[in-house]
Amino acid sequence: MIIIILIVLLALALWGVLTYNRLITLRNRTDESWSDIDVQLKRRYDLIPNLVNTVKGYAAHESGVFEKVTEARTRAMSAGTPDARVEAENALSGTLKSLFAVAENYPDLKANQGFLELQKELSDTENKIQSARRFFNANVRDFNTQIESFPTNLAAPALGFTKRDFFELEEEAAKKPVEVSF
Amino acid sequence: MPSIYTSYDRNVRLTWVYLTSFLVIVIGVGYVFATALRSPGILPFAVLFAVLMSFGSYWWSDTIVLSMSDARQIDFEDDKELFRIVENLSITAGLPMPRIYVIDDTAMNAFATGRDPEHGVICFTTGLLARLEKPEIEGVAAHELSHIGNRDTLISTVVVVLVGFIALLADWFRNSLWFGRNRDDNNGGGQLQFIFFILAIVLSILAPIAASLIQLAISRKREFVADASGALLTRYPEGLASALRKISADTEPLEAANRATAHLYIANPFKDGKGAKLFMTHPPVEERIAALIGTDNQQLTTDNK
Repeated sequence: MIIIILIVLLALALWGVLTYNRLITLRNRTDESWSDIDVQLKRRYDLIPNLVNTVKGYAAHESGVFEKVTEARTRAMSAGTPDARVEAENALSGTLKSLFAVAENYPDLKANQGFLELQKELSDTENKIQSARRFFNANVRDFNTQIESFPTNLAAPALGFTKRDFFELEEEAAKKPVEVSF
Repeated sequence: MPSIYTSYDRNVRLTWVYLTSFLVIVIGVGYVFATALRSPGILPFAVLFAVLMSFGSYWWSDTIVLSMSDARQIDFEDDKELFRIVENLSITAGLPMPRIYVIDDTAMNAFATGRDPEHGVICFTTGLLARLEKPEIEGVAAHELSHIGNRDTLISTVVVVLVGFIALLADWFRNSLWFGRNRDDNNGGGQLQFIFFILAIVLSILAPIAASLIQLAISRKREFVADASGALLTRYPEGLASALRKISADTEPLEAANRATAHLYIANPFKDGKGAKLFMTHPPVEERIAALIGTDNQQLTTDNK
């Protein structure tokens, strides 16, 4: 009889260990993929000074735009909490849009090979940020599924694991349909 | 309600079912041959041989396949757009970026190989890169990357080992018949031994064929899994569906492919006639497109062209 109880306890302990390790793995993957998004965001920061200088070369007097971009970049790089970060990133995207809108008025700039390359690089960086976010969401999905499934959901709160949120679209404007008018 | 997720789950489940059944059959067949020959000692030998024969082709799969296919490596400067496509998909999949190769051929095709994601290789033909649009190339790249991520080289190798094991046993048994080793033993064994003997003769012909059929069935299911995984990476199944439509409409065979590498490509490179479905390495294109975008959509797009 004692033997049976011991076996059952051993099986429970084994299950506990395996579950805990699995949750640790999934949580660490989620954390890693969150910081991978940062890696892509940093790529954007690194590209921006070059972009600003190239545009300045053709449109030096549009100084207001350059200042806004540089300011927004500094704010985004030094943002502390994730919420402040998200807001600063959105502001930076906004200033970049203004910069490209200004560049539209300078045909010489638009023909400049360096400018075109930078534009492609930035566009690719946006794609990379999306890829990193999708990977993050996939990890969050796996983590949440594991936490919420039976029987892991019995042990997860006790072990200190809580659900994570998906990377949501922050800009309300981005959710509205885009109007194209020539 | 069928979806990309259910397609993925179903085909992964089927892979496990086929592999397990295959293993059970292999054990059964091994038992019959060993009993018929009255030498259980051949079993470990057969396993060892089969593993040794297949190990090299698994471990050096990237080098071997690339040298057979006349491919050249490209880096960022050679084709920035393709490089970025593959790089971004690798980020989405959380895989290390594979090496990219290109085959100079107007036929449209692509393959992936490599013993694990760290040694991954994907290869496209120049024909495919020239004639497909960017979302379609992305779909194909996602499919190939999924083969690497789903460790399909490893699964194929396991299957080939099992097929090789059965083929070896069947060959050794037939050889033993030819050299008359068993004629003296037959009198001692009795009726049960005789039954096993007859069974072994039948199996020596049927078992290798059955093994090949299971291998092809597993290969088809893995193609479905790669389609579904790729669609989950791009979140745009129409890209791959459109690419498959274009690739299957092209009747030009790929010169660099041969029978040994044919199963690795995204579509059968020989452009053979239809043939029985059981003997196909890849599922029929209509089924793959239907799994990706659903049968209602398929009707719509083929009519609208």
